[in-house]
Amino acid sequence: MSGVYSTSFDSFAVALRGVSKTFANGVAALDCFDLNVRPGEFLTLLGPSGCGKSTALRIIAGLSEPTGGRVEWPNGRGGVAARDIGFVFQEPTLMPWTTVAGNVRLPLRLAGLDETAARPRVAATLERVGLAGFADAYPRELSGGMKMRVSIARALVTEPKLLLMDEPFAALDEITRFKLNDDLLSVWRTLGTTVIFVTHSVFESVYLSNRVVVMTPRPGRVFTELAIDAPYPRDQRFRTSGEYAGYCRLASEALADAMQSGAAP
Amino acid sequence: MIKSINERQAESHLNRTLRVLLPVAALALALLVWELVVRLAAIPPYVLPGPWLVLTTLVSDWALLSQSLLVTLTTTLEGFVLAVIGGVGLAVLFNQSRLVEYSLYPFAVILQVTPIVAVAPLLLIYLPQQAAVLACAWIVAFFPVLANTTLGLNSVDHNLTDLFRLYGASRRQVLLQLKLPAALPYILGGLKIAGGLSLIGAVVAEIAAGSAGAGSGLAYRIAESGYRLNIPRMFAALILLSVAGVVIFFALSVLSHLLLRRWHESAAIRER
Repeated sequence: MSGVYSTSFDSFAVALRGVSKTFANGVAALDCFDLNVRPGEFLTLLGPSGCGKSTALRIIAGLSEPTGGRVEWPNGRGGVAARDIGFVFQEPTLMPWTTVAGNVRLPLRLAGLDETAARPRVAATLERVGLAGFADAYPRELSGGMKMRVSIARALVTEPKLLLMDEPFAALDEITRFKLNDDLLSVWRTLGTTVIFVTHSVFESVYLSNRVVVMTPRPGRVFTELAIDAPYPRDQRFRTSGEYAGYCRLASEALADAMQSGAAP
Repeated sequence: MIKSINERQAESHLNRTLRVLLPVAALALALLVWELVVRLAAIPPYVLPGPWLVLTTLVSDWALLSQSLLVTLTTTLEGFVLAVIGGVGLAVLFNQSRLVEYSLYPFAVILQVTPIVAVAPLLLIYLPQQAAVLACAWIVAFFPVLANTTLGLNSVDHNLTDLFRLYGASRRQVLLQLKLPAALPYILGGLKIAGGLSLIGAVVAEIAAGSAGAGSGLAYRIAESGYRLNIPRMFAALILLSVAGVVIFFALSVLSHLLLRRWHESAAIRER
């Protein structure tokens, strides 16, 4: 992956070129969707429910095939690049029959790593997401926020180049969500992973991202994009700043315009 | 009204005591009434024996009855084990190949819906007696295991399936690490049904077989005692069958609880 962290102007972590997706029932989820994801950036896809954001993520992950266009990788690799992508779903999606450590170890186990080799990596990843004392707990014993932390740890344990997150915090309360936002940003800054984050929350998108891509409703297309130039680390002060409010207004207006354009035939 | 912790504990303790005491008391009362009716009305034992006579018969005929119990339990256990292997095995096979499922599933349904009492005489013609009895126990017991396992294997969280795909899991890994664990609660549910049914299958086949000798089971003892108007022994054998059924059910419930208590909602103890 030598090209991934290069700083040349046209470098990308992954790119969608004119990607379309029409489901068998005739619903067009994406139409000519173009996206250039830069190495190391925190990119958010912002749009109303059902605008094809999740479909775009699934296509990038190789879980769904586009009906038109293509996905490009920097070194031309095709198909599912196992172990180089982490995926966090809207629900924690944990295996209830095994412990927190067992869940986080899953990607390593599927890659054929034995338990002895996996243990230190699992422990380090749990530490990173603030779950150090919970390795032996079962998912049903955890709160919603902690389950989501396990899910994030599982996605990070392979140290993927690309982390895809599909509205991971949508079901959490605000206090938990803010805390997870902060922890996610700190993990991202430490690891230098490229993140594509899907959300329908304007505030979340502005708080987290380098760049917000606003999408139109069905079929999903890029409506506009917004660079959030505020420096990291971002914290409570940023969340209450005029700068943040200004970006949120811009993003809200863009989202409103996008929905307007989508509503027209 | 808010109750103190002590009050609540006392209440739950009382509740548990009642749950044990009430059924025992009801059973004792029923037995007492039965005994009294038999004695007061002077009903002869070949019409209806009292519970005391049944108990003494159970003790005096224990050598004969215990041997028969062992025969029936062996058949039941063998039928059950084969049903679990066959049911889970077929369900996995169906899950791996649609073509096999479409081809064979109708046979499984036909085996299930045809009354076993009607099939047993035919099996006795084609198979040696012991094998025929075992086959009956198996036919009755395997379908719930098959049906439940199939349901379980198809009930895997779609996102987890996607996750396994994302990490390039092999079919074997998906089966062993995702589908079978996810199906475990369903499989155990099937086992609970199959345990009782394999006993029923064994009994039905023994009655149909109806041959005498040292190798004959409890059901045969019941039929034989009926011909001889030895009604107390009939009751004694019947009690052994009931107890065997209850023990099988409890054993499987305990197994299910032990395997699921850490993670499945059905077995986990919840604080309220």
